[in-house]
Amino acid sequence: MALRYAAGPSGAGSARHRRALRWDRYNYYLFVFSAAAVGAVVLAILLFVGIRGLAVFRAVSPLTFFFSALWQPPAHLGVGAFIVGTFGVTLLALLLGAPLGVAGAIFLAKVSPPWARSLLRPAIDLLAGIPSVVYGWIGLTIFVPLIRRLPGGQSGFSLLAAGAILGIMILPTVIGIATDALLAVPVALEEGALALGATRWQTIWGVLLPAARPGVLTAVVLGMARAIGETMAVQMVIGNTPRLATSLLAPTTSLTSGIVMDMGNTQFGTPWNDALFMMAFLLLVVSMLLILLVRWVGRRATV
Amino acid sequence: MQTRNWAMGALAAALSLTLVACGGAQPPSDGARVSGKVTAGGSTALLPLIKAAGDEFQDKYPDVTVNASGGGSFTGMKLVAEGSVDIGMSDVELPADLQGKDALVDTKVCLAPFVIITNKDVTVDNLTQEQLTAIFTGKTTNWKELGGKDQPIAIIHRAASSGSRATIKALVLKGQEFTDKASVQDANGSVRTAIAGAPGAIGYVDAAYLDSSVKALKYNGVEYTPENVTSGKYPIFAYEHLYTKGQPTGVVKSFVDYVMSADFQNRNVPKLGFVPLGK
Repeated sequence: MALRYAAGPSGAGSARHRRALRWDRYNYYLFVFSAAAVGAVVLAILLFVGIRGLAVFRAVSPLTFFFSALWQPPAHLGVGAFIVGTFGVTLLALLLGAPLGVAGAIFLAKVSPPWARSLLRPAIDLLAGIPSVVYGWIGLTIFVPLIRRLPGGQSGFSLLAAGAILGIMILPTVIGIATDALLAVPVALEEGALALGATRWQTIWGVLLPAARPGVLTAVVLGMARAIGETMAVQMVIGNTPRLATSLLAPTTSLTSGIVMDMGNTQFGTPWNDALFMMAFLLLVVSMLLILLVRWVGRRATV
Repeated sequence: MQTRNWAMGALAAALSLTLVACGGAQPPSDGARVSGKVTAGGSTALLPLIKAAGDEFQDKYPDVTVNASGGGSFTGMKLVAEGSVDIGMSDVELPADLQGKDALVDTKVCLAPFVIITNKDVTVDNLTQEQLTAIFTGKTTNWKELGGKDQPIAIIHRAASSGSRATIKALVLKGQEFTDKASVQDANGSVRTAIAGAPGAIGYVDAAYLDSSVKALKYNGVEYTPENVTSGKYPIFAYEHLYTKGQPTGVVKSFVDYVMSADFQNRNVPKLGFVPLGK
């Protein structure tokens, strides 16, 4: 618009031109403001959660806080069990979900006939759209009673129940991104391998997967980020027992479910409440590290 | 036509006003016109009762608006202390740092009894305070030790910050810590559902949540009934509190009086699973 007025004659055109330029400038400010607002919100959350969280160290030493597994608030605030629980369920989710997800992606990208792909892709997107409370509910009504019946299964609320639910929940993330990565591998590579006499399996394992590795890794890391932050579904099936799990079938707890169990009933500004903020800050830092990891993996892919 | 209708309307309004004024003069207490706004916040356990009171109160006095919202006992006490709401609803006593400072006045509304419940497959019917303490502190771990069948005891209860848990800790465990070898649920309903599904499970819920999916245990030989609570035989209960900043005045006082009136209490308190204060 502005360019056309600039090329036009003077007089009425130049007035319009000035108006257009002013409009341009306003829009520029609007965009800058929007970008700044997003940045400010992120910064404000980080600062607020961080400052509240760090306040807990006035009441308890960082060493006790992070490495003690004894959670008896308000007297003793040790979140070791929560941290171990979060990484435990995440690892379990990755063990169950990542191989399944990558295999599903290979099927979708390279094996599946087109009609199956057009059926499966929306189904997987739907899987991503299911609210986490629904996953939690399914876990509560199917997984928990099943685990209760296993030998050594206690109340059924367990690390395994949470890990299994999370394993399913990360599938859409892993499959979606890994499929795109596999599809982005140049066809020439695949055709070359096949022309050299490689079987389909050899082509997939020896050529396609290594070529798509950064994308597949990104898929797994994003799945991990999804698992670490999940709250509702985990809280419903993990048992929320603030102690280290003695087995896969024992109940334990995680950072997210620990926060949600106590946040409504603890008073703002008390060490107990600050401890919850520190747990939240820890989650924030871990997800930021994961995002940095994804960017690093992505940058290496382009080299 | 138009004007005559209007005149008729005005006449009718004037008539009815006189009627209301006459009617209002007769009952002793609500002679004065009650109007204004009452805000209450806090305990979600007490919320249904205060909501019911608010609805009735608004019907009785059309010029009054009553807003009640949840948020938890501690939120309620904090809000009333800083003056954001007129009434703070709470299941627990004031925490130490709020005591005395803001001249918060406590009105006890009713009793909230707690019931010890187990899964239906548990054969034990009665537990003494000592036995229950041994279970909840982790010393007794099998129903066999209490005369039941050979089955591990699974504790399913509430988070450390829960008012219910604090009540049981004070009244049954006499201040001892719960074992952390227990599953924790975030609400009364989920505790009940979990216990109903898990063999050998034990826990506690607000009496309002007691139903036939679980088994209620006798405590020291006394069964939970509202009568046993009123007569003082059944000791596991807490008070529900309304906190106001200073003595309630004006419309807030009228509202608190309404909640405390025998008529409202008798109709609503038992219905919501609470027990009226002793007579």
